[in-house]
Amino acid sequence: MADPAFGRQVAYCGVCTLPPEYCEYGGTVKKCQEWLQKSHPDMYARIWSPEALEAATASLSVEAQERAAKDAKKKAAKAEAAEQKQADKLANSVVTIKRIERNKRKFVTAVSGLEAFGLDLKKVAKDFGKKFATGSSVTKVPSGGEEIVVQGDVSDEIEEFLLEKYKDIPEDNIELVDDKKSKKAAAAAG
Amino acid sequence: MFKKDLTASPKQKLKSSIQRSLRQSLLTTYPLLTPHIDDVLPKKSSLEQMKLPDRVSLYVIEGQPLFYQEGGGVIVPHLKLVHRFPHAFPTIRIDRGAIRFVLSGATLMAPGLTSKGGRLPDPNTKPVLQPRPAPKEGEEEGPSIPDEGADEEGHWSRELEKGEPVVVMAEGKETACAVGILVMGTKECKEKGKGPVIEEGHYLGDGLWRLITE
Repeated sequence: MADPAFGRQVAYCGVCTLPPEYCEYGGTVKKCQEWLQKSHPDMYARIWSPEALEAATASLSVEAQERAAKDAKKKAAKAEAAEQKQADKLANSVVTIKRIERNKRKFVTAVSGLEAFGLDLKKVAKDFGKKFATGSSVTKVPSGGEEIVVQGDVSDEIEEFLLEKYKDIPEDNIELVDDKKSKKAAAAAG
Repeated sequence: MFKKDLTASPKQKLKSSIQRSLRQSLLTTYPLLTPHIDDVLPKKSSLEQMKLPDRVSLYVIEGQPLFYQEGGGVIVPHLKLVHRFPHAFPTIRIDRGAIRFVLSGATLMAPGLTSKGGRLPDPNTKPVLQPRPAPKEGEEEGPSIPDEGADEEGHWSRELEKGEPVVVMAEGKETACAVGILVMGTKECKEKGKGPVIEEGHYLGDGLWRLITE
């Protein structure tokens, strides 16, 4: 039994975070079932047994059952689509590491696109600063959004660091850009 | 209220005086929580506050969400707290057909409670009382705990008034699926049998539920 001081312990589904009894309303029923079967087989047997399912549907009219089934299907499709979209977004988003010349021999490194991987820019910036012992900050870019600016030319090191620390960023999605302040362009603009 | 994902401000530690007053108001709202109050709010650990949109504050202890409060209004328990102490809060029960609507954030309507699967309070039932710790000798007796509770079938033993917070259980389920504030007293609900009963609440899988409080 659970520690009395902590009250009753309720297990939560690892997929949809609801108590397993409510998984059927979460939209990811299939995955929840698999998860429950693996991690809490006893609970799985109780909740998804044929008798329990029958008891669940017996009290509803046929029409209501149909409606519920349709609803569940729609929800599942929606959840799937959202997941697909998320995966697509991940595959398409690119982390850009840009080396910007600040003075002749001095550089800053700007990293943008990390937020697409669900990272907290502020925390990552702190990590960069710690790792490379340089200044590192989150700055707003004119086009909206934010990027991390690290002092010094650390573009290669950042790439390595990112790949090592955040495994869900694929190597192909990291782009290194060299942004030289060419005098001609500056003159043309001016 | 929390249908969308929330963005919360960073956690703030609360002064112990505020913590004390919160503890007091928690006990006045939920007298049944008295035996457990030291487990809910251990005296030593510090309570933290997270500010959510719409002037809602969420109170967190050691990364565990405890309860939320809108403006200076009623304190409503977070569902994770309800799951830990299911007997400490007044409950009503909805029938099976209503679950999926509640879990997608709809207003709870009276027919879901008055039908066969639903349970509204019934003053005539005998509640199954939770065991209480005997008062220690020489110690002053704390605030009295009212003799109320749910009977075996889930009828609460006291009619609940409009504006009271209530936990929503569901037919055939052991854990609560929502909490909210009544916009219609349970007595009126029985008489009328239609209309909204709980308007905006906190339900399983909403933004507040998914909010990361670690």
